[in-house]
Amino acid sequence: MEMAQKQETIQKQETIQKHFFSDLSVMLGRSMRHIFRSMDTIITVTIMPIGFMLLFVYVFGGAIQTGAGNYVNYLLPGILLIAIASGISYTAYRLFMDVQRGIIERFRSMPIASSTILWGHVLTSLVSNAISVVVIILVALIIGFRPSAGILSWLAVAGILALFTLALTWVAVIPGLTAKSIDGASAFSYPIVFLPFISSAFVPTRTMPLVVRVFAENQPVTAIVNTIRALLYGQPVSQEIWVALAWCVGILVVAYLFAMRAYKKRV
Amino acid sequence: MMMIETRGLRKSFGNLVVLDGIDLSVAEGTIFALLGSNGAGKTTFIKILTTLLKQDGGTAIVNGFDVASKPYNVRQSISLTGQFAAVDEMLTGRENLIMIARLRHLKQPRQLADDLLSRFGLTDAANRRVSTYSGGMRRRLDLAMSLVGKPQIIFLDEPTTGLDPEARIEAWKMVKELADGGTTVFLTTQYLDEAEQLADRIAILHERKIIASGTLMELKKLFPPAQVEYVEKQPTLEEIFLAITGKKEAQ
Repeated sequence: MEMAQKQETIQKQETIQKHFFSDLSVMLGRSMRHIFRSMDTIITVTIMPIGFMLLFVYVFGGAIQTGAGNYVNYLLPGILLIAIASGISYTAYRLFMDVQRGIIERFRSMPIASSTILWGHVLTSLVSNAISVVVIILVALIIGFRPSAGILSWLAVAGILALFTLALTWVAVIPGLTAKSIDGASAFSYPIVFLPFISSAFVPTRTMPLVVRVFAENQPVTAIVNTIRALLYGQPVSQEIWVALAWCVGILVVAYLFAMRAYKKRV
Repeated sequence: MMMIETRGLRKSFGNLVVLDGIDLSVAEGTIFALLGSNGAGKTTFIKILTTLLKQDGGTAIVNGFDVASKPYNVRQSISLTGQFAAVDEMLTGRENLIMIARLRHLKQPRQLADDLLSRFGLTDAANRRVSTYSGGMRRRLDLAMSLVGKPQIIFLDEPTTGLDPEARIEAWKMVKELADGGTTVFLTTQYLDEAEQLADRIAILHERKIIASGTLMELKKLFPPAQVEYVEKQPTLEEIFLAITGKKEAQ
């Protein structure tokens, strides 16, 4: 009897695992369609950061001394982080709508691998942010961005950005599941979008007053931006890379735990 | 055969007892209506039966599977249509159906979607985004999505709340057709006429307990025998509405 039950459990797990990737691809396809069909999302996650970049390079940039030649070279890592931070707020928004409209209940009452309900949104965030990052880099190349990174450095940059996206996406899952209103679901991202402004993303931190400077140098964006910059221009990567990775992994683990708790409580 | 069977089902939220020992049985191929006012616990009951919520006590068996220990098997046997049409507004009607067919791991999802679209009169709107659909069309799509893969038991949580009278009658017709095809239908409603029109058996949920259940005839017997009176029959507002709008459409 016990054997038979065990057998059955194993079989059930195999069926669910067999469907994991097909279910995940359905979920991914669904929310990617949402993105491509909403002009609003495309503007916020791609066109707005590009606008920022142009503004800083052609308006403010002339007056900013970074010692890095063309200002776009200095600016780009920060712009990419801003793009990702505004991109993940849409993950919260899409998840919130799914909860509100009852789609999640429909999915959960179906024989699917239920972990794909959240992972579908997370994967969508990774894919869509990767697309906007690539588009922004292409525009940067047109206006004078000249990296000297080799293939390994580029892979490292991609890895750090992916880890950063993954960590922030799990942060976004929390308000997506728990918010009481649409505004609440996306408002959490404003401080994250703002964080690069008080970091080394736009200007070197050495001219800042002491208190601001201490904050700027010890918040995650500075470590991430400095690391990406070093990688892009073939400079030696300082131990800041470990600080950057520790921030990303730390945020990821904590956010994931809270998100799973929110999911279990919500559903 | 009993498709749904609950024994002593209990559920509380904190100190608030919502269900206090619910016993129900629903036979195969019948329409069962759970009648109750707003907040009586109908949705909580349906959520337990559809594996969305765990009960605090008692058992619930759906299609022979215990909802607590065999949720995956239960999910293979059922489909749920929630209180508000759970359709994806950014997708087209066809895409919604294909999505559900693929999530049920069925072959030929496109063919299946097209069949259901024509059966529910949505072929013309198939490639339009659902955000452009009327309330009645959404409800039809919602029902069509519930039928993908021919589940044996269909749960409908207040299927006609928020529908206009015509869409309501249309929904009733579809529910009847489902049951005629052998599907077991479990629905909740706060409308007496809905239960009267549709259900083979009715249970009344009131203050955490089932206070009466049976066929309509059995429930009627609980009341004093009918007295014969002569009353002028006035048309109901619904009849007037349908007569007027029907005439308009015919013109």
